[in-house]
Amino acid sequence: MFYGTELNSRLMLGTAQYPSPQILRDAITASGTEVITVSLRREGQGGEAFREILRESGCRILPNTAGCHSVREAVTTAQMARELFGTSWIKLEVIGHADTLQPDPFALVEAARILCADGFEVFPYTTEDLIVGERLLEAGCRVLMPWGAPIGSGQGLRNIEGLRTMRTHFAGVPLVIDAGIGAPSQAMAAMEMGFDAVLLNTAVAKALDPVAMARAFGQAVTAGRAAYTAGLMPRRDMAAASTPIFGQAVLA
Amino acid sequence: MQIDLNGAPVATAAETLATLIDEHGFDAASVATALDGVFVPRPLRSKTPLHRGAKVEVLSPMQGG
Repeated sequence: MFYGTELNSRLMLGTAQYPSPQILRDAITASGTEVITVSLRREGQGGEAFREILRESGCRILPNTAGCHSVREAVTTAQMARELFGTSWIKLEVIGHADTLQPDPFALVEAARILCADGFEVFPYTTEDLIVGERLLEAGCRVLMPWGAPIGSGQGLRNIEGLRTMRTHFAGVPLVIDAGIGAPSQAMAAMEMGFDAVLLNTAVAKALDPVAMARAFGQAVTAGRAAYTAGLMPRRDMAAASTPIFGQAVLA
Repeated sequence: MQIDLNGAPVATAAETLATLIDEHGFDAASVATALDGVFVPRPLRSKTPLHRGAKVEVLSPMQGG
């Protein structure tokens, strides 16, 4: 449940870097996603064809503020996106570091506060830092989107213990792993840990067969969620025999 | 007068943002605009005067992650 919207699919898909518009269309369908992420760029670069894909996908649009490095840029971009897409949802990115594309937590919280007060439903791209998460919730966010690893890196869940702590600390808050997911197994691991959804792009768009990879991610997210709700067995450091000792023949 | 439109210098006779959008053939309903870094909602474009050196951004949906 994200801002009152219940979704059947727990996979959110980015729309960049696909080999062709048709492959993007087919990947969206194969993934089963209901939320796709889009950006805003200067008009004059083939926008109409893309608008048509968005319309026919039937998906909810989650516009982003990708590439913004300041509060002002992010807030203006969000306002423009709200008018353009007719949605109050915004994936808020305020980048603090050019190489890691790590969020600037201070600017992120400030931008989130301004946007939430203005009626936006903010999906903040953040780190696994608990205090930043607290501040974002105080600012009015009702979803947090911690990174798995740097955007486009495919490294998976780089700080798995930190993410586990975050999941426990923010029980009841919808948490989406955003960025860094490179393989379906990593998406499944996130879902098994109890994250509510994953958002990814490059791992599908840059696959040898993006449509097949989109389907694989859809299946992985479903399987991971099913495993989480089924209740995973507790981890042990030592072996525990699963076959009963009782009735065992003495043959030695 | 000379303004900056999507990062390029442009000479225009348009007095308002709305006129500039028409002048350049943008689909007014499919773009979002900002003047000097501040969002200008669609209904306010016709009431938003341009000035020499104005920085206008006209954005539309694009693939993103």
